[in-house]
Amino acid sequence: MSGGVPDPAAPLTPSGNLRRRQLISKVTEYGATAAAIVAVTVLVIVIYTVVARGASAVSLDFIFTAAPTGVGPALLGTAVIVAIATAIAMPLGVLIALFLTEFSGARIAGPIRLTLDLMNGLPSIIIALFVVQMLVKPEHKNTAFAGSVALAIIMLPLIARGSIEVLLLVPHSMREASDALGVSRWRSVVGVIVPTALGGIVTSTVLAVARAAGETAPLLLTNPVANLSAFSVDPFGELPSIPVRIYSLSEEGNPEGFTQAWGMALLLVAFILFASLGARALLARSKRKLASA
Amino acid sequence: MSSTVAPAAPPTPRADRSRSRRKKADRIGDRVLYGICLAAALLAVAVIVLVVYQVVHGAAPAISKFGLGFLVDTTWQPNFGEFGAGSLLFGTVVTSSFALALGAPIAISIGLYLSLLAPTGVRGVVSPLVEMLAAIPSVILGFWGVLVLAPFVHEHFEPALHGSLGFLPIFGAAETTGLSVFTASLILTIMVIPIIASISRDLFLAVPKDLQDGASALGATRWEVVRGVVMPSTSSGVIAACLLGLGRALGEAIAVAQVIGAGSEIHASLFKTGDTLAARIANQFPGALTELHKASLFYLGVILLVIGLISNLTAQWIGRRFGYRGATAR
Amino acid sequence: MSTPDPLQRFDPTAPPSRVRIKSDALPQTGAAGANVHGHRFAAPEVVFDAQEVSVFYGAKKALTAVNLGIRRGEITALIGPSGCGKTTFLRSLNRMNDSVASFRIEGQILYHGHDIYGGNVDQVEVRRRIGMVFQKPNPFPKSIYDNIAWAPRNLGLKQDLDERVEKALRGAALWDEVKDRLKDSALGLSGGQQQRLCIARAIAIEPDVLLLDEPASALDPIATGAIEDLMHSLKGRFTIVIVTHNMQQAARVADRTAFFSLESGTDAKSVGTLIEFDGTETIFSQPRDPRTRDYVTGRFG
Repeated sequence: MSGGVPDPAAPLTPSGNLRRRQLISKVTEYGATAAAIVAVTVLVIVIYTVVARGASAVSLDFIFTAAPTGVGPALLGTAVIVAIATAIAMPLGVLIALFLTEFSGARIAGPIRLTLDLMNGLPSIIIALFVVQMLVKPEHKNTAFAGSVALAIIMLPLIARGSIEVLLLVPHSMREASDALGVSRWRSVVGVIVPTALGGIVTSTVLAVARAAGETAPLLLTNPVANLSAFSVDPFGELPSIPVRIYSLSEEGNPEGFTQAWGMALLLVAFILFASLGARALLARSKRKLASA
Repeated sequence: MSSTVAPAAPPTPRADRSRSRRKKADRIGDRVLYGICLAAALLAVAVIVLVVYQVVHGAAPAISKFGLGFLVDTTWQPNFGEFGAGSLLFGTVVTSSFALALGAPIAISIGLYLSLLAPTGVRGVVSPLVEMLAAIPSVILGFWGVLVLAPFVHEHFEPALHGSLGFLPIFGAAETTGLSVFTASLILTIMVIPIIASISRDLFLAVPKDLQDGASALGATRWEVVRGVVMPSTSSGVIAACLLGLGRALGEAIAVAQVIGAGSEIHASLFKTGDTLAARIANQFPGALTELHKASLFYLGVILLVIGLISNLTAQWIGRRFGYRGATAR
Repeated sequence: MSTPDPLQRFDPTAPPSRVRIKSDALPQTGAAGANVHGHRFAAPEVVFDAQEVSVFYGAKKALTAVNLGIRRGEITALIGPSGCGKTTFLRSLNRMNDSVASFRIEGQILYHGHDIYGGNVDQVEVRRRIGMVFQKPNPFPKSIYDNIAWAPRNLGLKQDLDERVEKALRGAALWDEVKDRLKDSALGLSGGQQQRLCIARAIAIEPDVLLLDEPASALDPIATGAIEDLMHSLKGRFTIVIVTHNMQQAARVADRTAFFSLESGTDAKSVGTLIEFDGTETIFSQPRDPRTRDYVTGRFG
């Protein structure tokens, strides 16, 4: 036997260059572990800062009253804007998902999937510009509705993609069973397929809501100077929102404003994290249920 | 894939009247449902087309006034009606490539850790944490950047890097605040990491176990298995993930606007202020008064859209090609 | 296809021994010293000596109290019904089970007298000396050449790499089929060629032992024949342990055969058990244990 081949009877400790190779391997393993630690540490620091600095600002007054004591109008505004966006994006997203999973052939599905992926990759500032040009400019009026449309464009691909995933998990046997009974396609879609996938559709919508609630750019361009001292739910006027308010306060350099911004950041982060963690847990459960069915 | 719809099933000749009426209603129902689903899908396509059209349309006055010279002109003086994207393009390229150069290796390492190294229990905790990092709104990350990261960078990173690597012009003398291209790049790094990490984790998890077993049965170390088998069979997917991360970094407006300091000049030093295409739009659009100023901001949007679409389409193309190859490799 | 009579293939000079091969009854490696090659007529040297080996996956016992000695340069076949623990045993020999989180082993597997699961044993070193070929061909998505050259490069065996690759491919009887397309992707080969490539890949680093886990089960009869011919030609150069569900195959290639079965344990749960281990000819013509006879004749009949 040639060089480099260990004596079979030698102890099973590293031979040849193995000690060096194991060292390299260990170093890279530690490096990868360190990278994960770095990411988690950054997350912990950010969350910790938000909680530590925001907790003192948050109170019932902070949540339910208007300026100067509270941020109630901005909370309400965010809720209204996101609700309208959801009302637009959810049905469209589900219909697109149904089209891709139940109706379309491969030839048309490709471009539509690509469209969803491109839409998902559009920077929100571009969507903001689009909405300004499309809805604000012709009327010469900033509206919360325009902001909702922009958020809906951000949410649409997320909802569609999540719905596609769960719709594909609906067991084939269910479809075949309806086909065998002579049930028409639309009856089986409305009566069987969508109800089965509903849990997954709702959770992916919640995830999209969590994402939209923190979007700033579209609202900054469409609702830059909203009234913070009065509650309003009129989508055809300007509405204040939490993200835009945090943004403006961060640009102002006023310590009291900073405290208020931390408080709003805490509310927003708490909402987003609970919504997305809860939705993920639910999604995993409903997927498991579907997969085992 | 599911089969194409066949709304018109062949009618049975002996079908009685009520059955045939029901059949007819079902046929209409099928057609209607198909119709609205198709309409929704086409609406999505229309939105993409409209986005491109409207953004270009909004930029038209600036495009006709400045032409392609806009791309290299570095003056930006709204009061004099002088606009050019040169320094903003520079800032965009610098911050995004910095974020990718620093973030991609970290993110790929995290992907490796989560897919191949971490014990199952740890993986179940760390994986959602990394995804939570992606869920933090950019405005909050930017705010944190202004009040926590920027002062920290200013007090610790800047002197240390200038002291040790000051011979490189990119690590110039410390400035008055930590609002800088450097801080903006760090914030973007934090944003791209979870995107690339979670995609690459999924890619690595999809590498067939028998390939990895085959490699370790040949006396390869863990790293050699990764380097020799896991990475080559996922490389194109990882590149696509990096391009998606790049797209995110290029397009981020809010957080960058908060921490980059909105400077309009090109500096070699990363510790000076700068600006990016997206951040400039967020910063100036709400206060833009003249039509030309707005149109110029739209023009920035056009540039961003073109760069973003190119990187996104490339990522999709690579992803699709990879998916195909991955399928045949199995 | 060559199907030699197992009677002729059986080496009469190796005295058939009983199920338990006492490790102290056989010369250990250390004692044998330089007595390494081709000494078929001397007392056979033991490569693996399994002593009371039990394997658990979590709370489930998969294999119980196996005692087995595997001799240098021979082909040892592990046969038995599916689920009988033969593959588990094979994968324990080069620690491939370590990646299974719930895996636990009791007893000892000595390899040339060294405990495979000993404290300072390097897993990678174990696999470098004890190569393995899997049930499903698993070539890397690389060129044919790089499939072979990858492991030697890792090991620093970079000298005369081309010769090494050629030698390995010749050793696996694949050279003539692929010599003109070494740069082509290995995924373009047929299933049988891929499996021979995997064998070539394994022998390119000159391991001491080759473990083959049902190497032909995914292949057609012609490719299977080629793999069996290959095993004959590798015999002597390598100690080979093969798991197979195909009894004719065991009869055709193996010097010694171990029969595993699923038996009810003390707690009424079935557990993989070594029933009988002997010369292949004995196992197939005069097994001592009725369970072996039932299995062997049942399949042949």
